Amino acid sequence: MLGFHVVKRKNMDWWKAWLIRGASIILGAAVCAVVIVFLTGKDPLDVFETMVDGAFGTERRIWALLQGIAMLLCISLAVTPAFKMKFWNIGAEGQALMGGLASAACMMFIKDALPNWLLIFVMVVTSMLAGAIWGVIPAFFKARWGTNETLFTLMMNYIAMQIVSVFISIFATGGSGKIDVLNASTKLGWMPSVGGQAYLLNVVIVLVLTVIMYVYLKYSKQGYEISVVGESENTAKYIGINVKKVIIRTMLISGLLCGLAGFLLVSGADHTIARETVGGRGFTAIMVSWLAKFNPIFMVLTSFLLVFFEKGAIQISQICGLNASFSDIIVGIIIFFIIGSEFFINYEIKKNAKEGGSK
Amino acid sequence: MMMFVQFFQRAVMQGIPLLFGATGEILTEKSGHLNLGIPGIMYVGAISGVIGSFFYESSVGAANINPFLAVLIPLLTSILGSLIMGLIYCFLTVTLRANQNVTGLALTTFGTGFGNFFGGSLIKISGSDMPAITLSATSKCFKTSLPFADSLGVIGKLFFSYSFLVYVAIIVAIISSYVLNHTRTGLHLRAVGENPATADAAGINVNRYKYVTTCLGSIIAGLGGLYYVMDYASGIWSNGGFGDRGWLAVAIVIFALWRPNWAIPASILFGGLFIIYNYISIPGLGAEQMELFKMLPYLVTLIVLIIISMREKRESQPPQALGLSYFREDR
Repeated sequence: MLGFHVVKRKNMDWWKAWLIRGASIILGAAVCAVVIVFLTGKDPLDVFETMVDGAFGTERRIWALLQGIAMLLCISLAVTPAFKMKFWNIGAEGQALMGGLASAACMMFIKDALPNWLLIFVMVVTSMLAGAIWGVIPAFFKARWGTNETLFTLMMNYIAMQIVSVFISIFATGGSGKIDVLNASTKLGWMPSVGGQAYLLNVVIVLVLTVIMYVYLKYSKQGYEISVVGESENTAKYIGINVKKVIIRTMLISGLLCGLAGFLLVSGADHTIARETVGGRGFTAIMVSWLAKFNPIFMVLTSFLLVFFEKGAIQISQICGLNASFSDIIVGIIIFFIIGSEFFINYEIKKNAKEGGSK
Repeated sequence: MMMFVQFFQRAVMQGIPLLFGATGEILTEKSGHLNLGIPGIMYVGAISGVIGSFFYESSVGAANINPFLAVLIPLLTSILGSLIMGLIYCFLTVTLRANQNVTGLALTTFGTGFGNFFGGSLIKISGSDMPAITLSATSKCFKTSLPFADSLGVIGKLFFSYSFLVYVAIIVAIISSYVLNHTRTGLHLRAVGENPATADAAGINVNRYKYVTTCLGSIIAGLGGLYYVMDYASGIWSNGGFGDRGWLAVAIVIFALWRPNWAIPASILFGGLFIIYNYISIPGLGAEQMELFKMLPYLVTLIVLIIISMREKRESQPPQALGLSYFREDR
């Protein structure tokens, strides 16, 4: 037989675990470098410089980077409580999109009927509600009948996208097939820019959320209930936790936050709605949250990492005249390596004892 | 009548990529692995075929390609591409026991990126002078249909007018169904998906079953991508053209209750629902509202999912160990 076997590790020091993760990222980056050099024929160090330039090169780029991180982080925070509960909500895309749609609808139909601050308030509320409804429906069925939530939320994404498509085809500007920037002249319902920076408020809101989520998960009773349900539903029942209630409540929170992310995307950045408004962040967020072991503080780091590689790879593809999807390949490779490294954190490989053993 | 014939033909052509994807995903899920990488794998299957055919066509010239090689080369490169994707997924989820959802989604990100990247940059990388990826000559070879179809009237049009990959899809689904339900291999496979610990105790090599079925499933799903680009899209690659079909294939798995033979009518039905708004008109509804019809496949799937969870009938449930990785020493 094979000369080794695999056993589960008890507990690894946290710094060792992060050393392994760090090594896996470096290894992944090395593979990416090989791929890049192979495709572009450039010097690897040159390529890295281009990536850094793409992410931090100008003030504008830094803000775009921060905005990218903030949005990804916001949705990652939203999906985290549900994941901690082992509720595989892959419907963040749809939940955020419904939130964005609610915001866009408010911007279109309320316009100046309300003062701007009230309009924005209404947008926040309706967006969060829309996201919450989209999140609670699968939770209800999961709690009541045990319906598979992964497949349920997946379907909900495409129903949301189709609703947006219908909305767009009804209200499209002229024959363009898409909705133009809303209220471009009046800026009604636009997130106010603080200190001349359009994205600053977005970033601050998400940072505050990060801290709140960290405290909620770590120190609140509800956060504790979530982790018990996630570890073992039977234990939770035994100690008197109402599992159904926890599932629905947690998905309500998830949905509310996804809706808020949708609001931030529409009101704070795009000022319009499209099928691609969320742009796959609902799926990437799952990886961000999981890579950070559901810890909101680490999530800042993981979302930075993914957004950095994305922006950097886009810069490379622009300079070399390659397709921008290049960034997906790079992000994919990095994620593969981090996913793989978890094995070496959770398990260890031991040599088999000699056959028969010593006497 | 002619309109129905045309509608049915289009529905079949829409449905076949879904059928390939669904059959592949059913096999994978039967081994207990929820492979959310299927959409990415289908992209890779498509683009790998395109790459193979692109280099073949540009090396010999579109005018004098050998029809046999023109089919064989893309077929082999497509299979190779999907196989590599399947192996990545297996290595991460079976050997390294990584989380299946995260791995699958990463695979989809990677696969769609890979497809769109090479679709958009192939010409530049290879330094070719073609203006766009149009593999019409290869597509023609793929589209060759049975010669006697035209002479059989409506029946011929409905059932015999398709290219060979359509029949491959249906035959693969039927064979998979047979193997799953009527052979020892199928029984073992289902045991692995329902309860790997029990299967292991019965002397079944759990990891081997998982590897083989997941890779086979990937290859089958990848063929769906190949069919889409070579046949449905007439050999013209357009980025994002494949769309959400991969997720629709995952939906069919549920709709067909994890049975490959049921996936055949289900795929054609979904294909039909996908395009029905072109064919019917309901008074009072404009083209805008007709967009709603594209929602139907997902809505119907959702309803099926809810009903099977309410009825709790054992035959129509997802495999019990779906989504869980297996570690022998965990018991």
